[in-house]
Amino acid sequence: MTELDPGLVGEQIAESDQISEPGGTGGEIGRSRRRKEDARLLTGHTRWTDNLVQPGMLYVMFLRSPMAHARITRVDVSGARGLPGVFAAFSGQDFADEQGSLPCAWPVSEDIVIPDHPPMAVSEVRYVGEAVACVVATDRYRAADALEAIEVDYEPLPAVVDMNDALTEGSPKVHEAGNQAFTAKITSGDIEAAFRDAPVLIDRTYIQQRLIPSAMEPRAVLASTDGDGFTLWTSTQIPHVLRVMLAVTTGIPEHKIRVVAPDVGGGFGSKLQVTAEEVLCLLLTRRLGRPVKWTESRSEGNLTVHHGRDQIQHIRVAAESDGRIRGLQVDLLADMGAYLMLVTPGIPMLGAALYNAIYKMDAYEFGCTGVFTTKMPTDAYRGAGRPEATYAIERVMDELAAELGLDPVEVRRRNWIRHEEFPYTTIAGLTYDSGNYEAATDRAMALFGYDKLRAEQADRRDRGDPVQLGIGVSIYTEMCGLAPSRLLGESNYGAGGWEHGTIRMLPTGKVEVITGTSPHGQGHVTAWSQIVADTLGVPFEDITVLHGDTAISHKGMDTYGSRSLVVGGVAVLQACEKVKDKARKLAAHLLECSPEDLEFAEGAFQVRGTDSRKTIQELAFAAFTAHSLPEGVEAGLDSDSTFDPDNYSFPHGTHLCAVEVDTETGMSKIRSYVAVDDVGKVINPLIVDGQVHGGIAQGIAQALYEEAVYDAEGNLLTTTMADYLLPSAADLPTFVTDRTETPATSNPLGVKGVGEAGTIASTPAVVNAIVDALRPRGIHDVQMPCTPERVWRALEGVRR
Amino acid sequence: MIPATFDYVRPGSLDEACQALASDEDAKALAGGQSLLPLLRLRLAYPSTLVDLGRLPELTGVHDRGDHVFIGAMTTHDEVMRSSLVNSACPLVALTTATVADPAVRHRGTFGGSLAHADPAADLPAVVLALDGVLVARSAEGEREIPAAEFFVDYLESALRPGEILLGARIPKLGDGWGYHYEKFHRTAQAWPIVGVAAAVRRSNGSIQEARIGLTNMGPTPLRARAVESALQGAELGDQVRQACEQAAEGTSPSGDLHAQPDYRRHLARVLTHRAIRTAAGSP
Repeated sequence: MTELDPGLVGEQIAESDQISEPGGTGGEIGRSRRRKEDARLLTGHTRWTDNLVQPGMLYVMFLRSPMAHARITRVDVSGARGLPGVFAAFSGQDFADEQGSLPCAWPVSEDIVIPDHPPMAVSEVRYVGEAVACVVATDRYRAADALEAIEVDYEPLPAVVDMNDALTEGSPKVHEAGNQAFTAKITSGDIEAAFRDAPVLIDRTYIQQRLIPSAMEPRAVLASTDGDGFTLWTSTQIPHVLRVMLAVTTGIPEHKIRVVAPDVGGGFGSKLQVTAEEVLCLLLTRRLGRPVKWTESRSEGNLTVHHGRDQIQHIRVAAESDGRIRGLQVDLLADMGAYLMLVTPGIPMLGAALYNAIYKMDAYEFGCTGVFTTKMPTDAYRGAGRPEATYAIERVMDELAAELGLDPVEVRRRNWIRHEEFPYTTIAGLTYDSGNYEAATDRAMALFGYDKLRAEQADRRDRGDPVQLGIGVSIYTEMCGLAPSRLLGESNYGAGGWEHGTIRMLPTGKVEVITGTSPHGQGHVTAWSQIVADTLGVPFEDITVLHGDTAISHKGMDTYGSRSLVVGGVAVLQACEKVKDKARKLAAHLLECSPEDLEFAEGAFQVRGTDSRKTIQELAFAAFTAHSLPEGVEAGLDSDSTFDPDNYSFPHGTHLCAVEVDTETGMSKIRSYVAVDDVGKVINPLIVDGQVHGGIAQGIAQALYEEAVYDAEGNLLTTTMADYLLPSAADLPTFVTDRTETPATSNPLGVKGVGEAGTIASTPAVVNAIVDALRPRGIHDVQMPCTPERVWRALEGVRR
Repeated sequence: MIPATFDYVRPGSLDEACQALASDEDAKALAGGQSLLPLLRLRLAYPSTLVDLGRLPELTGVHDRGDHVFIGAMTTHDEVMRSSLVNSACPLVALTTATVADPAVRHRGTFGGSLAHADPAADLPAVVLALDGVLVARSAEGEREIPAAEFFVDYLESALRPGEILLGARIPKLGDGWGYHYEKFHRTAQAWPIVGVAAAVRRSNGSIQEARIGLTNMGPTPLRARAVESALQGAELGDQVRQACEQAAEGTSPSGDLHAQPDYRRHLARVLTHRAIRTAAGSP
């Protein structure tokens, strides 16, 4: 049962139900369009990589290290080679001369150590699951059988599992150079002065547990060659980046590599990677001259898809006695795992300028140490750095409120940037262009029934109810729209942050859009169609969007970090504007007027004050026949555009969560959840709601369920979904979502990005609620995931 | 799913099935496959032959046999939970079955498969144990009755002998005056229970006359909470029941795993037994 105002809930449900049906032009932006992609995806007419078949295709499977850390003293694949159906078997040594080293594109500091990272281990393994050999066979069953016939001798080396232990003197080393991957420090303002004689000091340590991204579609790779070039179909978020990186890693010239991301079933950052399997499939097809395919099993994926989070966060706040923050000091240990992968060291750094979050303060210091351990490398996972930062600051704001006896919303109010103060340059140096924390918070509190729930909480406390109620507040901002290329350059990132879009008007007036973004569940085909429909005045149904194939989409920076709409959507908009400019010249030529005399509306140029007009479709055909073109105008009505924003975008919002904690069993149950997000202008509310729902679910999952567990020897214990718990719809409450709309000023669409907001906001909302329920018992933290056993032990600890 | 190589037979008669299992000690009976197939997939089991019991109609269905209900081993969970006979004559079986995994599993997984797999974390073994069910097995030598108390031997080990097929289980009808509840504690809807408590309670005049309690996942086999059962005889609802349930973890030996350590499981057994008894007795 929820305590929500029924009128408000009804309004929410009504909004989501208003799904637009096809027909008409104009007014597409802002419509809840059902996604064009879904009929095909939901009825199985998909092109997952694993569905693809090439003539003569062989299947690859990898033998993986059962040891966290060991020297490889012998690999004998001869037993596998003789088995029926086995085409070839190789050890890492067999590829030592050509496999290169998997790339790290973000050397975040001067002192960074980037160890050699062979796709298949040659002399040493550094995590359980690292590939040591492979079999190529006529089917996966024979390949799996043959793996059992490969002999490997390991000379065990000590596992390095704990970050603090790894940094102690005399710790066994993961790499020759030691266990410190990098250090980074950012200081702004006089931090010493801020902490000196501060009336209030809060000092906490939080643990971001290690998470395993669990995309619905496991990773899969298919590589083939026609004897000259190579095509790699792969379940990736980054076909463009991958193509460049494969060329650099393997030495195969870039123009001989085509990368295709067919339908991709989710990524959450886990497919923002250049994987060992992609490199090796490419090299295997080169060596064997036959197409090869690899598809991971779920357990193989748990071991070897790059992991997320895994940080220890030491956070200190100095504040005045009225709750105003003087200074903030953050010190992180970030577990890199055994190697630095594509953007591994950049992940904690993406949060570096966000611990100060929505708050004003005089001084800020951020420090981070990247640590090598003998575990699967970490890298991007939905939110990437921002969930960690938001969690720590929003947890500690609750601690500050408790210390001062203030309501958690009130202490935030006293510190946040007021709406009239935007644009606001924060202590960490970012300039937030727009926002209205007051509006989102007021709306969320009204939807939530905040005061009523507080009254019920007090009542349950008074009665000593075994089921206590907790209320969690999380008011966040984040940075999306990666990114201004100039700023990426300053942070030593290996690429730019622009995005590309192409419009091709076809002779019959239909439109092909080519985007450099690479959707894997986000709905770009629908959203881009809405942008194009409104800008060119063509019907939504007449637009198709092509993506994910480097032979078709020739330029792009792909999809991650909630960047697609904010950068790629804007590139598409700009390409439309260029098409319109050319169409205007053509229309003027055909209508024998000057371009300035034409007005564009509902897909046609019309001579002002007359009924003389040309539709965009007529102009597309005229540009195709080219029978009569104005001087200096080339045939065809196409355009390319790239967009490079001059600032990040900063979505924000207020999430409120009510949790019932059963103090007898320790079970936490979410009773109600309200999210009011400000993602700027909305192209498709249905897609935005979907992103928010999924995001909240994923953040709740970190708060309550998910944890990758390694034992002291470096064995992953959570290799199946029986051990690594993911919530399903049955475990989640009904989310109440709403929006405020403060447009971004850094792009012409006014959009901010929504892919990660829910995940960033929800984790601290849930944990704050649990701690809020338990605080009267003397508990001020529960480590994530807040399992029933952990809550029970916390209660046992204070009962004694 | 990439298991190691195995042979597959699908017998058309029970005799053939018994023969197939008797002739090969590494053969394994395949029922709904919801436990066996994951073991094959992870290559934790390497049976030489799978003997598919899917075409033996005599193994399916629910039958009224006067003082008991006979549930055929190959009856799916979904059929069991929807059977009006099971719901009226042995409701504890029906309401517990409705908590097994998810709809997909319940449409494939079978009543007998779950019992024969003898996983102490499965929900149904504790129920059959609490209700003093009798399992019926058949081999080339004939039929054999095995009381539930003797059927569950150890972790994933039943009293079934090589060549024996579980035909089903007799579930005694307890008659009027009984209340039932299965209290399942799990972290997500689809997760295995950390602890489960199956309770049947006969109550009159505000006190409990008789109670049967089965514990899920509190040791290598399902267990009866005998100490609680005796303490509950004649106990009045309220403090007496509460005190009786404090003995729920006596004689248990729960394991520790990622979801719970043994002391927490013992604590849960006490709390959940109390809740199960209260609900079964109709005094929430």
